[in-house]
Amino acid sequence: MVFPPVAENLLALAGVHTHIGHYHILQGVDLAVPRGELTMLLGRNGAGKTTALRTILGLWRASAGAIRFDGEDIAARDTPEIATLGIAYVPESMGIFAGLTVRENLVLAARNGPPEEKRLDWIFRFFPPLKQFWELPAGLLSGGQKQMLSISRAIVEPRKLVLIDEPTKGLAPAIINNLIEAFAELKKTDTTILMVEQNFHAARALGDSVAVMDAGRIVHAGRMAELAADAALQTRLLGLSLQAHQ
Amino acid sequence: MLSTLISGDAPRSRVLTAVLVAILAALALAPFLFPGTRPLDVAARICVFVLLVASYDLLLGYTGIVSFAHTMFFGIGGYGVGIAMSRLEAGWLSIALGTAAAVALSLVLSFLIGLFSLRVKAIFFAMITLAVASFFAILASQLSNVTGGEDGITFKVPELLRPAYRLLDEPLFGVAIGGRFLTYYLVFGASLLLFLVLLRVVNSPFGRVLLAIRENDFRAEALGYRTVIYRTIANCLGALVATFAGVLYALWLRYTGPNTTLDFSIMIDILLMVVIGGMGTMYGAVIGATIFVVAQNYLRDAMKALSDALQGVPLLPDLFHPDRWLLWLGVLFVLSVYYFPHGIVGQLRARAAK
Amino acid sequence: MSADLKRRADWIPPALIAAVALGALALIDSPSTWLTLTVAGLAMGLLIFIMASGLTLVFGLMDVMNFAHGLFIAIGAYVAASTLRLFAAASESDSFLANLGAVLPAMLAAALVAGLLGFFFERVIIKPVYGQHLKQILITTGGMIVAEQLIHVVWGPDLLPLPRPATLRGSFLIGETAIEKYRLIAVVTGLAVFAGMLLLLNRTKIGLLIRAGVENKEMVEAMGYRIRRLFVAVFVAGSALAGLGGALWGMYQESVTVHIGANMMVLIFIVIIIGGLGSIGGCFTGAVMVGLVANYVGYLSPKIALGSNILLMVMILLWRPQGLYPVGKQ
Repeated sequence: MVFPPVAENLLALAGVHTHIGHYHILQGVDLAVPRGELTMLLGRNGAGKTTALRTILGLWRASAGAIRFDGEDIAARDTPEIATLGIAYVPESMGIFAGLTVRENLVLAARNGPPEEKRLDWIFRFFPPLKQFWELPAGLLSGGQKQMLSISRAIVEPRKLVLIDEPTKGLAPAIINNLIEAFAELKKTDTTILMVEQNFHAARALGDSVAVMDAGRIVHAGRMAELAADAALQTRLLGLSLQAHQ
Repeated sequence: MLSTLISGDAPRSRVLTAVLVAILAALALAPFLFPGTRPLDVAARICVFVLLVASYDLLLGYTGIVSFAHTMFFGIGGYGVGIAMSRLEAGWLSIALGTAAAVALSLVLSFLIGLFSLRVKAIFFAMITLAVASFFAILASQLSNVTGGEDGITFKVPELLRPAYRLLDEPLFGVAIGGRFLTYYLVFGASLLLFLVLLRVVNSPFGRVLLAIRENDFRAEALGYRTVIYRTIANCLGALVATFAGVLYALWLRYTGPNTTLDFSIMIDILLMVVIGGMGTMYGAVIGATIFVVAQNYLRDAMKALSDALQGVPLLPDLFHPDRWLLWLGVLFVLSVYYFPHGIVGQLRARAAK
Repeated sequence: MSADLKRRADWIPPALIAAVALGALALIDSPSTWLTLTVAGLAMGLLIFIMASGLTLVFGLMDVMNFAHGLFIAIGAYVAASTLRLFAAASESDSFLANLGAVLPAMLAAALVAGLLGFFFERVIIKPVYGQHLKQILITTGGMIVAEQLIHVVWGPDLLPLPRPATLRGSFLIGETAIEKYRLIAVVTGLAVFAGMLLLLNRTKIGLLIRAGVENKEMVEAMGYRIRRLFVAVFVAGSALAGLGGALWGMYQESVTVHIGANMMVLIFIVIIIGGLGSIGGCFTGAVMVGLVANYVGYLSPKIALGSNILLMVMILLWRPQGLYPVGKQ
């Protein structure tokens, strides 16, 4: 795999292995995330996509390999440090603090001081329920609303890289479209995004680059437009035509 | 044949084998080797506690369950016999009835506790067992009509076991063959037998599954073992043997009461013995119980000598005061958890393996 | 579930307390006895709250169960006893202010020494076993044994009297009811501690971090906060509170023994289990309930008094297996 020159990739993994107990999940991952783009990480269940995100963030320690972020080696650093370097995380389980209010969730996420007015306006424009539930415990939000909050937390301040794990999982189509619009808007800012998705409709709409994982390795990397046009390649990589995922 | 007797669980260390054989010989021949009431009492206690601690090792060392309710089952055994012997005629049938009732109660309680243990995390479970054991101790001291309250129950044993009884008129090798002698061998024999049974259990396929569950219960479940059932069975088995230990102890003391069986300090003692001896080894129970009971009785004399020698030095005489023997065992316990997770047995085996 | 319904549901536990109190009123013939018992129950409950609050927060945040928590209670009680003996003159004086001059240093010393001990305990004994629950249980139990023995060494095995300061002895007479002065002080102090904790938890950033960390440590770290640095602080605060509680409890009992801490542990476990591990509000509610039940049942039916709180715990667990106010763990 040939990587473009380093400066064009905000994040690069080379030969990353992750072991969890006896299980060898990541078996030599080489991944490049170009700056300023949205990279889609696709793959079957159990391929190791979530593990890859968690390893980048340091929640799980890589047992071998290198991870470079914006010119720094982060494979051996701990999570708070990695986050402070400018990475935000939207986990699959959303990670909402149910006992805290929506406001408190966002205040906590805004490390460098109270959230900026413009950002909040932006967030309220795309996610009106958050304004409604502002002073209420976040545990009262519906699934879709929690996802809105989780995403908002990741962008309440400018971040260099946002890791997002299956944002559309289990959500109604209307909400999914809402999210797609929001992500499309987000792409216009300078944020680099690495997103894991099973919903190919969302993937195709948003992805600039794509990487496909299988059994702990990257088995394909390239432009989303190319993959979207090649049905045979889709079937080979993902087991069945991605049209079926919609 | 010896290998079958100990179910193939070899000591795996020359030193350990020597120590175990020595202990076994000392216990088997105690009335002859150590004449006198006190040494025989120490020997009997060692037998009972080896059994009690081994039954706890089944839970802690092999299944990975920390329960603070073990003394409850010990007490149930003691009270079963005590109540039966004081209410009914003091004969062998009463012992049988009392034991049967105690066993039944223990089985029911341990079954319920076992079922509960799966739904909750280890720490939660430990706290709940603490509360349950407390409750039982409170019951025992409050229902004084039945249990004799704080004073406990002193009862008569069958004629064969009474101190005044003489089986042989002439002493054998200088030892009077009477009630105490017979009671001692009853305790020794039963403890040995039940210990070997436990060895068989932990070395069986069942025992291996327990170890697998202790290592990684998710994996065991994924491999198709219903951890529920195994943990419950282990719980019940441990409780059963503890109940028998309680029966034996009561028969030896001819007394049962909250202090001898239900006190939380006894639970602490069991923990000390199992950890210092070595968790998950069974033989650790033998070593741990021997060290503990001997220390309880004889270490204090040694410490007194040391304390007297240190008179005049600030603080030190108090640290070595004979009543502070538990302090040093406690320190040994803490060090064992950190540095010697498999206790003395583990250390001996590790050395032998080199 | 709509927001309104969920909010209403949260009133059930306090309503339960009211129900218990009113139920007792129905069962106890004389209102003045009821009042005395209620004040006693509140005092005891609030003191238990002070002692238990640290433990539940430590468990919620650090996932550490310190079975040696009772040791901080005992140390607090012993240090208070020694301090009061030092200030015996001020304590025996008839002036309230002079008494304060004895009691406040005693409380302060108790909290400080317990807190210091807590620091040492966390770094040396607990830190090596983060995340290993089995070892934690064993090590902290062992630590408790060793510490109790050391207390014996320093203070001797005998019961130590812990007399209340002169102006805090005796009772107020309200109509026919005698209400012990000290119990009122205990109630006021307990409420002050609770108010302080609520303020800290709900109005400060540290409190925000603690509340979020109790729910989901990992996510807080993923947001860039070094929450592990808070661990020591929370543990020390919890130990200091336990020490303070021990000092106050010792004065409530008017004597101190080595087992004062261990004796409270069963009740403390019951309280934090009832309340929900990690919840301060739950701990408060549970403690008040336990205090009231212990006193009402102690009067109505002394035989089952000791076991009544265990039965209470079982009943609550059957209703809400995670406790009254479970902390949502992701």
